[in-house]
Amino acid sequence: MPLLDVRDLSVVFQRKGTAPVKAVDGVSFTVEPGQTVGLVGESGCGKSVTSLAIMGLLPRRGNKVTGEVMFEETDLLTLRPQELRDRRGRDIGMIFQDPLSSLNPVIPLGVQVAEVLERHQGRTRQAALKQARELLDAVGIPDPARRLKEFPHQLSGGMRQRALIAIALACKPRLLIADEPTTALDVTIQAQILTLLKELVDDSGTALVMITHDLGVVAGLCDTVNVLYAGKVVERAGRHQLFREPRHPYTDGLLQSVPRLDVDRGGRLHQIRGSVSDNIPWPEGCAFAPRCDRVIDDCIGDTVPLEPTRAGALRCTNPVPREVPV
Amino acid sequence: MSDTLVRIDDLKVHFPIKSGLLFDRTVGYVYAVDGVSLTVRRGETYGLVGESGCGKSTLGRGLLRLVEPTSGAITFDGTDVRSLKGEQMRLFRRRIQMVFQDPMSSLDPRQSVESLLVEGLKAHGLHKNKAEAQKRLRSTLDSVGLPASALSKYPHEFSGGQRQRIGIARALVLGPELIVADEPVSALDVSIQAQVVNLLGDLQESLGLTYLVIAHDLAVVRHISDTIGVMYLGALVEEADGDQLYERPLHPYTRALLSAVPIPDPRVEDRRERILLAGDLPSPANPPSGCRFRTRCPWSQTRCAEERPELRVFDDSGQRVACHFAEDILSGELRPHEVHAQLVRPDAGHTPDVGNELIVTRTDLPAP
Repeated sequence: MPLLDVRDLSVVFQRKGTAPVKAVDGVSFTVEPGQTVGLVGESGCGKSVTSLAIMGLLPRRGNKVTGEVMFEETDLLTLRPQELRDRRGRDIGMIFQDPLSSLNPVIPLGVQVAEVLERHQGRTRQAALKQARELLDAVGIPDPARRLKEFPHQLSGGMRQRALIAIALACKPRLLIADEPTTALDVTIQAQILTLLKELVDDSGTALVMITHDLGVVAGLCDTVNVLYAGKVVERAGRHQLFREPRHPYTDGLLQSVPRLDVDRGGRLHQIRGSVSDNIPWPEGCAFAPRCDRVIDDCIGDTVPLEPTRAGALRCTNPVPREVPV
Repeated sequence: MSDTLVRIDDLKVHFPIKSGLLFDRTVGYVYAVDGVSLTVRRGETYGLVGESGCGKSTLGRGLLRLVEPTSGAITFDGTDVRSLKGEQMRLFRRRIQMVFQDPMSSLDPRQSVESLLVEGLKAHGLHKNKAEAQKRLRSTLDSVGLPASALSKYPHEFSGGQRQRIGIARALVLGPELIVADEPVSALDVSIQAQVVNLLGDLQESLGLTYLVIAHDLAVVRHISDTIGVMYLGALVEEADGDQLYERPLHPYTRALLSAVPIPDPRVEDRRERILLAGDLPSPANPPSGCRFRTRCPWSQTRCAEERPELRVFDDSGQRVACHFAEDILSGELRPHEVHAQLVRPDAGHTPDVGNELIVTRTDLPAP
């Protein structure tokens, strides 16, 4: 049984006087225990809203969340706020993109780490602080005893992200959601954090949902990858499958448009024409059709369903042909 | 006409750290750029890479004298840029234009595209008659792939990629010889990034432009650059042509940087060897002695702490490297050792001093 089963999740933002915006449109995916699942897409594709909806972190007002988010036996969307608070931080941890704005600037780091342990495991402040020191040590923060008393602004970006990881993993959650955890960091620091995440996930058996726009990060980390476009999953496959043989023209285009370090530099980069449509609501049919090179008549009109394939799933009427195996 | 368009010689940009209750006193310096020498050939793309805080943006700004360099020489097409005064310098800037990272904050939201583009023309006395100026604007917009109807629109009406095109058009309209592009694509999505990278390439081909591209994304820089300079903590640590740098990185920092860039291919990712650097970038206000990189370098030796390595030509390929032991590391004679992360504080170097200064100043005050 999957650890997390997201079924037909939709988020609609509504404001008086404006047309409703469908940010997430029927997203479904599952996460098995210990698995690392990637959600990839460009800005505005709904990947962050998906994660916020799973955690119940979207504001109560002005939006409508439908569908089911089954965490083991419970549907997280039906829980009352109090019940949800008991689970966040204990069963599900979360790491956000910008570590500086996710940490409270006027509370010492140690207290922020200890807080989770006090809240969920009923530790005393003293016991929690002691454990916090071990946690900071485990995520590779040098001199943790001193760091406990320091404030977030006294730490570098990489250290702050490590501290956030320590907080997220403090109660040994079964699921960790990481929303662009390395985007604000330099590449050498990114490599440190990704290696750390990988080690921690492997050691503790925590399942990880990795939300990122960086295909390179996905390639090294995720077991299964979901590619999102305009609020919908357009392709799902194991990472080897996805990178070797992308079927959706969008995935294919994305992979070709990234300059790669390990390939001889050719003249021009492949480019996807146009940009994500601002015409919300998106038209019926495939949202990628206006930018797609493989567009046919069937792409416009009816909604294209997400069909299961041998590798995973695909939402396309005219996919990139599979290479004939030699 | 000489082959060299820009020559930067031992350029230093130091920012003073001021402190004091009543009078500003300089308590230290941030060594943002500390002795960089490089040349950019006419018609080539020179890529500057490095992590945040390495001084690459300051170097670009220093070149245009948007920040005044502390010392060193800048020669642009035979002209000594640092000796130009006031109005001369302003007019000179027509030949060097800049494209900024964030197209939203570098375009005035209350100016229409026409107004944005005309402003530069007027400032440089190129707006002589209206019809001609209009023609120029249209052809510039056309060259960056925007319709003429864009002229009457405002920045918020465009998408991120289109805004960056406007930013490029604004630089192009004056007919510059050198374009300094500071992180031109890092705010853009991957699919849009490719469009802008291609556009920059096309423009270079058709207009014979020279670029100085400043970016942190090594893959992008390698794709567009003929020569790449790698910066670390205010200094150039290595310089080579794009393919050479990837095939044979000499400086330990370059090696670490290259190995840290994720590659979108699981087969490559699984087999890669990573050089993980310990710790963070030291504070540029208080750089380490000797080699700047030695605190994080897995190959560092005692000599590295004592003597700052010069950027020297390594061999016939023209590759330049600032490392005492580049040869030994390349041949494998010198083995990497373990490095322990050192505490680095974002404010390290000057804050304790400032604190002490304040206390001293206070006790000096006469009792009320």
